[in-house]
Amino acid sequence: MTIETKEIEITTVVQTAIEEHGASREGLIPILSEINRAFGHIPAEALQEVNRQMNLPENQIYVSEGQLFSIASFYHMFSTQPLGKHVVRFCESAPCHVVGGRQLLQAVMDHLQIDPNETTLDKEWSLVTTSCLGICGVGPVLLVDEDVYGNVTPDQVPEILARYN
Amino acid sequence: MPYYRTHVLVCIDPECLEKGALAFIDALQDELVAQGLIDEVQVLETSRIGACANGPEMMIYPDGVHYAGMTLDDIPTLVTEHFLKGKIIEEFTRPVRSFVDEELGPPKKKEVRVVLRNCGVIDPENIEDYIAEDGYLALAKVIEEMTPEEVIEEIKASGLRGRGGAGFSAGLKWQFARQATGEPKYLICNADEGDPGAFMNRRVLEGDPHSVLEGMIIAAYAIGASRGFVYCRAEYPKAVKTFNIAIQQARELGLLGENILNSGFNFDLEVRIGAGAFVCGEETALIASIEGRRGEPRTRPPFPASKGLWGKPTNNNNVETYANVPQIILKGAEWFSSMGTEKSKGTKTFAIAGDVKNTGLIEVPLGITLREVIYDVGGGIKDDKGFKAAQIGGPMGGCLPEKYLDRQIDYESLVEVGAIMGSGGLVIMDEETCMVDIARYFMDFTQDESCGKCVPCRIGTRRLLEILERICDGQGRDGDIELLENLCRQIQTASLCGLGQGAPNPVVSTLEQFRDEYEAHIYEKRCPAKVCRSLISFNILEGVCNGCTVCARNCPVDAISGERRQVHHIDQETCIRCGICAQVCNFHAIEVVS
Repeated sequence: MTIETKEIEITTVVQTAIEEHGASREGLIPILSEINRAFGHIPAEALQEVNRQMNLPENQIYVSEGQLFSIASFYHMFSTQPLGKHVVRFCESAPCHVVGGRQLLQAVMDHLQIDPNETTLDKEWSLVTTSCLGICGVGPVLLVDEDVYGNVTPDQVPEILARYN
Repeated sequence: MPYYRTHVLVCIDPECLEKGALAFIDALQDELVAQGLIDEVQVLETSRIGACANGPEMMIYPDGVHYAGMTLDDIPTLVTEHFLKGKIIEEFTRPVRSFVDEELGPPKKKEVRVVLRNCGVIDPENIEDYIAEDGYLALAKVIEEMTPEEVIEEIKASGLRGRGGAGFSAGLKWQFARQATGEPKYLICNADEGDPGAFMNRRVLEGDPHSVLEGMIIAAYAIGASRGFVYCRAEYPKAVKTFNIAIQQARELGLLGENILNSGFNFDLEVRIGAGAFVCGEETALIASIEGRRGEPRTRPPFPASKGLWGKPTNNNNVETYANVPQIILKGAEWFSSMGTEKSKGTKTFAIAGDVKNTGLIEVPLGITLREVIYDVGGGIKDDKGFKAAQIGGPMGGCLPEKYLDRQIDYESLVEVGAIMGSGGLVIMDEETCMVDIARYFMDFTQDESCGKCVPCRIGTRRLLEILERICDGQGRDGDIELLENLCRQIQTASLCGLGQGAPNPVVSTLEQFRDEYEAHIYEKRCPAKVCRSLISFNILEGVCNGCTVCARNCPVDAISGERRQVHHIDQETCIRCGICAQVCNFHAIEVVS
């Protein structure tokens, strides 16, 4: 995508999100969620755009870019950095930890050749650790993009990840 | 209501629809009319019976027969043979797909299901299913027969305490919010279930959303709230979807919104989705997050009951607390308080995980012993190993050793021994678990989730983690135990919110119950449970190894050498102690020493 089309897209995404959730402080987190969903992360330009579109006299609200960034960087589900095309989320909570989670994480790291919170050089994969996904009955658990995999063993990793190529 | 002796459930999934499921249903109805059975056999639509490869698929109850692959021409035979003569037509039968719910099985011995009673039993996306189980009867009773004060008195008399962890009396909380001055008043349901291993609230929201919704409407009536929020974590998309459907259905029936049940009482609510911050389970942080700010806690008082959302009186309870309310109103405070101990009434759900045979959700009366939970309900320790500890209460909880197995589970008795009730996470650990490693693990979690607002929590948990890491790494120093104890005390005393005040608990309780393990790590450079990598080594047993070469082929760093049919050898300098060799060895020839 060219830089120009990206700008247009950001403007539209921000506009639609503000229209849906309202130009108010309580709408900020839903608005940032929409942006994060649309781009896979929250680009700095999008925060500028929210700041520009929201701080109009008729809205009676002022939210600085700094405040916006402080919210965007606070919540784990938001990323202020671009992530890879596919994101592997690894549940690092205790129930998964005690049923082989550690070996599974090692297998994913070995396979992708990256550490947690890193992205591969070809921008295909990001590995992110996440807090409990609440599906502890089938741990250890991997989330690849939106797909949940339970009872995963280290030797299944190459086969699971190959489905996304 | 007509009574049918037989029910036919025909699958109307897209694949079955394509194969003519609707035409099949019509033709079946016609044939039943023709043969005079239409008042005895009911045809219903359903989804997901089987693979849908030979649609239309159908199930027949009470016979429990699964048919597939019939065409319109087979319908007369089906009606005559099966429904009239009661004979199963073998050529169309298919195996009945058995579905095992790995999270919530049928109630086991000693379980009492109040909150989970409808989960997995009713269709959560159909309000009529809930109404058939006496749903919204409690709301009607409250609105028709009771004043708000009477509702509060009933909840107080029941002894219901907050199921989110702290265990404050729900009735008192409601009373404070009712008496507080300020309009409008708000109601919040805390569904930001973040404790690792705890997923009972998710199951209730997904399996019985209307019980929570009804509990919230009753609470709103009692405190005089007009607007409510369910704050649900983003990791639970299905719960959000199910709850939104429930809200929609309740609105359509006039159970939510304006003029509820023609009483003049107005209350409406919406679901707010979190964005992944554990600390937002703390009520003041949760409120900040709904307001659109960073989810950071603030000092209390003022408590949310007097100054909450947008500075207005706000009542905040957890999912499980609200789910108890309709049952208490219907069956009475006396029924509820007949279960439990003197100060802890009713039941509690727990999510059992770890080294226990039956993992998953359970609901037991309070006052049950830990031993009953682990051995009678949980089926005992996996692989019949020895019990070492139960971690109860989540990241702010504690580890209880064997000597406390016969303690009754209630709010006070858990606090006495250094644990907390928490939201109901229960991780069972066998003898092969290293308690220092567990403390390190929990500290890793809390320092990660610390919001960073106050220094004791932000920096203190970091320092605790560093000390624990070096102990596990074999670099522990004389004086580390005392340093840990001192630091824990300071963090507990000086932190702003429950997360910081509770963060040292896993360290405090393991130090108290398993001090010898810490000492072994620090002074003998030994990990008794043989878990901490820097303190263990792998050895091949000469008399057992038959030289099959499996270990050498699987070693990621080629640290194992040896000829085929010769005893192999591990080079300790190269070995990274990953343990793969021990996992792949079929002859148990690899021992771990520490």
